[in-house]
Amino acid sequence: MPSESGSNRRPETGAFFQRDRTWHPPALTPGYKSSVLRSPQKALLSFDNTLSEIAGPVFGHAMLGELDADLIHNFARPGESAIGERIIVHGRVLDERGVGVPGVLIEFWQANAGGRYRHKKDGYLAPLDPNFGGCGRTITGEDGGYAFRTVKPGPYPWPNGPNDWRPAHIHFSVFGHGFAQRLITQMYFQGDPLIWKCPIVRGIADKAAIEALTAVLDTQATIPMDALAYKFDIVLRGRRSSLFENRLEGN
Amino acid sequence: MPQSLDRLKESPSQTAGPYVHIGLTPNFCGISGVYASDLGSTMVNDRTKGERIGLKIRVLDGTGTPLKDALIEIWQADADGLYNSPTEMRGAADPNFFGWGRCPTDMETGVCAFETIKPGRVPFRDGSLMAPHITLWIVARGINLGLHTRLYFSDEEKANGEDPILARIEHRVRVPTLIAERQGDTYVFDIHLQGEKETVFFDS
Repeated sequence: MPSESGSNRRPETGAFFQRDRTWHPPALTPGYKSSVLRSPQKALLSFDNTLSEIAGPVFGHAMLGELDADLIHNFARPGESAIGERIIVHGRVLDERGVGVPGVLIEFWQANAGGRYRHKKDGYLAPLDPNFGGCGRTITGEDGGYAFRTVKPGPYPWPNGPNDWRPAHIHFSVFGHGFAQRLITQMYFQGDPLIWKCPIVRGIADKAAIEALTAVLDTQATIPMDALAYKFDIVLRGRRSSLFENRLEGN
Repeated sequence: MPQSLDRLKESPSQTAGPYVHIGLTPNFCGISGVYASDLGSTMVNDRTKGERIGLKIRVLDGTGTPLKDALIEIWQADADGLYNSPTEMRGAADPNFFGWGRCPTDMETGVCAFETIKPGRVPFRDGSLMAPHITLWIVARGINLGLHTRLYFSDEEKANGEDPILARIEHRVRVPTLIAERQGDTYVFDIHLQGEKETVFFDS
């Protein structure tokens, strides 16, 4: 596997900023029932990053296939395309310092336009779309920018409360440059009233944090007569300068 | 008013959900033809240096039931203790070992099986050596923020005794929750999300 970072910058080797765990949902969010028996209860062991957390795998653009960032076509039969509202999702991956992060592998997955996942565990009434698989990936450019094409996923009911519905969402898996930056999250869509009712979303205490996961309609980035666009920026943990740190190299 | 720090906040985490396979291991869940293979499914090749080992890992919930919809990623140094990462300043890691792997738990047994090599020792911040270890990251339905922990090796008793991270564990009775047991060439490791044997998870 190639591991060129796609960047000429000198690699940074500092430790990451402490994670603000009050900003993330806590492990136990009883309104989301699956968390009840899957949430650690004991105190976490805290320590400043060692090299094991500071280092991380970096993926090269060479691994990407031509249609990896096009969910409308990457599972479709030749000449056909997925059904649904055609959208572009684009944005930048930044770190907490506001710096664009290049060479970041982003993987995404979602339900189809009717709210159905292509997965044997999903038995929702809405039909599968024979031309939609639901997965894609890309790697950020020099400025941390990324974009992909898909259809807007539908909302769907799920077994939690007797009548809970997930807002329309796209799952994102993001690699930074250090394993401590590893993150999975979900992107929601501006204006969806289901966001504020969802037990998974409501695990997040701060309204501003929920808004940070809500993509905004970006009419400037739409493609006329083709696709609407949503902008979604992702922020990874920031990195301390290694200027004042004991240097591991040379030991 | 003083100046502003102008810092951003990390994007809040959300659960990977029950359909994590679609995005991260699509071939595993029957979505073929999009990617040639699932990323991270093969860690070693014929030229990789180091002792071949297997890992059999399960993740157990608060009732002791194995999770069948979890996904584990592992990250480790090569046989000489070097990471295959741009951040690695001490030298070039084995080009035949990427050091990162990904495996969903088996939908029937809940076992994650990795084939990898035993890592070398990596220095701690003060230059002393940590015991050989593998970093683990666990996501699943019901896990709101990916869980970070380490796997250490039962046959490295001396190194484990000197390890600065294991030394920080106040309740010594919990240290064995991070030590995988060797059975032949395979290390067996159960991760307990809750209960008396709850694994030590990290905030780092």
